[in-house]
Amino acid sequence: MLSDMIIPGLGHYLLVAGVLFTIGLVGVLMRKNIIVILMSIELMLNAVNLTFVTFGYYLNDANGAVITLFVIAVAAAEAAVGLAIVVTLFKNFNELNIRFFEHLKG
Amino acid sequence: MFYTLLLPPLLGFLVNGVRFKSKNAKLSGVIACSTMALSFISAILFFIKLMQLPVDQRSISIQLFNWIKVGSFDVPMAFTIDPLSIVMTLIITGVGFLIHLFSIGYMSHDERPAKYFSYLNLFIFNMLLLVLGSNLLIMFVGWEGVGLCSYLLIGFWFTDPEKASAGMKAFITNRIGDAGFLLGIFTIFGLFGTITFDEIASAAPTTPVELWTSPITLSCLFLFIGAMGKSAQIPLYVWLPDAMAGPTPVSALIHAATMVTAGVYMIIRLNPLFLAAPNAMLVIAFVGAITALMAASIGIVQTDIKKVLAYSTVSQLGYMFLAVGVGAFGAGLAHLMTHAFFKALMFLGSGSVIHAMHEEQDMRKMGGLKNQMPITHWTFVMGWLAIIGAPFFSGFFSKDEILWMAYHSPRGNFLLWFIGFVAALMTAFYMTRLMALTFWGKSRVPSEVHPHESPSSMSVPLIVLAFLSVFAGWLCVPHGLSSVLPGHPKNFLSDWVRPLMADFHIPHGPNDLMLEFSLMGITLALVGLSALFAFYIYVLKPEVAERNAKSMKPVYELLLNKYWVDEIYSKMLIGPLIKISRVLWSKVDIKIIDKVTYAISDMVRNSGGGLKMVQSGNLQMYALYILIGLFFSLWFLMGR
Repeated sequence: MLSDMIIPGLGHYLLVAGVLFTIGLVGVLMRKNIIVILMSIELMLNAVNLTFVTFGYYLNDANGAVITLFVIAVAAAEAAVGLAIVVTLFKNFNELNIRFFEHLKG
Repeated sequence: MFYTLLLPPLLGFLVNGVRFKSKNAKLSGVIACSTMALSFISAILFFIKLMQLPVDQRSISIQLFNWIKVGSFDVPMAFTIDPLSIVMTLIITGVGFLIHLFSIGYMSHDERPAKYFSYLNLFIFNMLLLVLGSNLLIMFVGWEGVGLCSYLLIGFWFTDPEKASAGMKAFITNRIGDAGFLLGIFTIFGLFGTITFDEIASAAPTTPVELWTSPITLSCLFLFIGAMGKSAQIPLYVWLPDAMAGPTPVSALIHAATMVTAGVYMIIRLNPLFLAAPNAMLVIAFVGAITALMAASIGIVQTDIKKVLAYSTVSQLGYMFLAVGVGAFGAGLAHLMTHAFFKALMFLGSGSVIHAMHEEQDMRKMGGLKNQMPITHWTFVMGWLAIIGAPFFSGFFSKDEILWMAYHSPRGNFLLWFIGFVAALMTAFYMTRLMALTFWGKSRVPSEVHPHESPSSMSVPLIVLAFLSVFAGWLCVPHGLSSVLPGHPKNFLSDWVRPLMADFHIPHGPNDLMLEFSLMGITLALVGLSALFAFYIYVLKPEVAERNAKSMKPVYELLLNKYWVDEIYSKMLIGPLIKISRVLWSKVDIKIIDKVTYAISDMVRNSGGGLKMVQSGNLQMYALYILIGLFFSLWFLMGR
């Protein structure tokens, strides 16, 4: 029953991206483990990627796909740096809870 | 050549100032004296150069650089050497050199001679700025500079609180005058749009302005307030007697010969302006005459040798103002010059006495010093004859001219002459008393003190100044006298500065000569009697003096306490001022101004304390803030 199947449109894609972004955002704001926060950031980035390709497809514009590739590259770099920091933090403090690192308060 | 006139004292100040800890009086003194000698020689060369110029071109201008330029207000760092300023320069550097020389001997036992000589040189530099400057602002710089040096030197022995406070008194009293002087400069600039002397001279109106409240009269009175402070006239004279706390050569240089005459110089320099304000000149003449009388009367009973000379200086300065106040600028300058010689001589002589008496200044503990100190005594006698106006000594010519002009000038009157005449009698009395108590009569010197004649570095300046005190008067022989003297000596000084004098006609009547000689005769006769009377009661019959002091106790007390002027000032002015200041401090300053500033600082601190809560260090909170900010930005961009 092909006609009964929901044909995914622009709204569906954006909805999925919005949900993904919100999940990532909540993760960044609420979770205490630094690694999980980094993962949440990846989630947010990918949500943004999804909107880029969606709009690129619907507007028939290749820029959407191009910029997504850029974001993926930058995200990879960011993940590498971020994880390196996490590893050093853990080596030095034996701790991964973000609430432990509050030395910059006024 | 101008640099060798102006800069050596500054150089001496720097050299001695750098080595201010040196205890070597001789080396410091030689440095200071050589700079003075250089300046003096340059001054003489300039004098010769001026003499060679034609009479109407005797003015050399030197512009070093442009100092201030704001809109139409243009002040170049320019100097003028003309007949008037060269006379002052010669007096300053010449007498200054002699006093520097004297200081070497006088300060030989002092602990900080280098510091002393550096101050002295700085003073000369500022004094040269004052007299050579070609506009009022440079004059004002020198004016302030000499005030500073005067303060430093009065309080030179500042470990004695009395001497330190005498310095402060001089400085603060001068400050009042300086405020007046500044106001004078402002009004003159407002009036003429210039502060350069020759431009003021050409801009000044040639017809006198009779109105009391006219800007010209006001500006002259403001300038005269400045002169009152610097030249110790009523009511600002109180600092000068206290200024005797400084080393005696300082009293001779600053508080007798040079600095205190700055006010007289300023008025002579601005004579076209002052001639346009007859009311201001009347005030000057009366203030001068009354100062001459009052200071002379105080001088009669003082027992401190330097205090007598100090009041005598105030009194003689009064004469100079009397002269310029009646329009006799030449006579004022003549008296300025002769006074610089004989008063510097007497101050140095008193310094020699004080040095010999081991810092004793009370004349009641002296007496009979003429045998132990012959050079000091005989030079002092020359000064004494000069100041009381003995015939053909220098003071005779200048004082006679002033008294005659006070009577004869269109701006003078009989009352001015009479006040000056009485002051002359008193001068003869107190100076003879000083001579009698110090040098003549029976010795009252304590047995442990052995007075001795001073070394040659001290006696040579005395001899040179004595020579000048005797003969300088022949440079300024008054017109009336010269017509009867053999050879008709000319009034060199008056002719020399004539190109700078504005036209001021003094009428000559047929009976003038008779009148002048009869007034002179009366003055001379009574001055002689007054001196003889003083000689009689202080040398021949000392008990008479004591009996007189007792029988006229109220008058004696009044004079001894200097009319209680210091007490009146401290009650009427200083006391209320302190009270008002106290109220302003405790009420206005603490309760209002401090409270407002504290409130502002508290506000800043409290708001900062509140805001620092935001910076918790919690990274996730920061992320939330970013989110909130993003939300509002988007909301704003989307058009709400």
